[in-house]
Amino acid sequence: MPRLPLPPLRARTARFIVLIKPVPPRRRRRAFDWSTATIAVLAFAAAVTVYVRDGREHFLTILFGDLALFAEMLPKVLAGCLIGAFVTLLLPRELVARWVGHESGFAGLLIAAFFGFLLPGGPITIYPVAGAFLVMGADAGAVVAFIVSWTLIGYTRALVWELPFFGADFVIWRIVAALPLPIVAGLLARAAVRAGFEYREGAQ
Amino acid sequence: MTLAINVLLWLVVGTLAFIASMRGRVLLNEGSRAGAMEFILLLPRIGIGVVGSGFVAEALPNEWIAPWLGPESGFFGVVIATFGGALTPGGPVVGFSIGAAALKSGAGAPQVIAYSTAWALYAIHRLIIWEVPMMPARVVWLRAAVSLPLPFMAAALAMLLGRP
Repeated sequence: MPRLPLPPLRARTARFIVLIKPVPPRRRRRAFDWSTATIAVLAFAAAVTVYVRDGREHFLTILFGDLALFAEMLPKVLAGCLIGAFVTLLLPRELVARWVGHESGFAGLLIAAFFGFLLPGGPITIYPVAGAFLVMGADAGAVVAFIVSWTLIGYTRALVWELPFFGADFVIWRIVAALPLPIVAGLLARAAVRAGFEYREGAQ
Repeated sequence: MTLAINVLLWLVVGTLAFIASMRGRVLLNEGSRAGAMEFILLLPRIGIGVVGSGFVAEALPNEWIAPWLGPESGFFGVVIATFGGALTPGGPVVGFSIGAAALKSGAGAPQVIAYSTAWALYAIHRLIIWEVPMMPARVVWLRAAVSLPLPFMAAALAMLLGRP
């Protein structure tokens, strides 16, 4: 395989900027937003329906069952949040970019998917990291594999969020079925880029 | 099972906190603070999601769910579930709560897998709120476009594997 030329000077400057500013900007979040409000309205309507249709006793059984489930989730959620915060601070990003860059080939997709599996945290962690990968020279296929992998087979997400709702059997089954998908998505993205899709806008 | 997961998660937290403290007290404080803030901001969402999903599952008419999304609904059910997932708004809890509610009310497992996969990959509000501000927009659209067939593949693979 012929060696690709060095990235243009602009890209190298961008890389330098990322290295001296390692912590991605955090978006401010509110504790309550419109989508939560929608769900709250839906939940309230459902609760009223159950109360009116099935009576007080049935209503309380469901309420206490759900509150117990909620209490059980809390330590996991707190752990997930702390893991995300520490990884954002500690991750050696420049190393990662070297592993999943343009010349990384199929192995790069595998590595990117593995990182997606490994890296905990919510969207607030993942998208800034993915954006940084791009600036530091990762290719679109690797970034796509990374995000899809985090979304579908990331273990903290599954442990913290999915498990309490669905139970272990279901979650493991779903994850096994999802295993090849990050690679498929990464290959499709690379095919689109080869077919002429331009993903680096202007100076990017 | 729950205990084992808690122990595992907190071991990871402990290890990361230790590494951070080796690099300096400031880093340790910053990480703990950021994590705790995130947790506090998430609390109301999780509370509403968990308690709400129980009631939504109970209120949903089973006879309505089963023909559309039940195990007999096959590929058509997977298509409906995929559309539903793409259009479901909400944070990390919402899609899982609705999926769990549907499962309890008689939806088929591959259909629920298609739903939660579509919701996780390309729920429209998430692309707009999270991805576009943090990454080049063309990469986001590329990612969403190549993700389109994935819920179908996930459902198909789940059917092939068979429920454990």
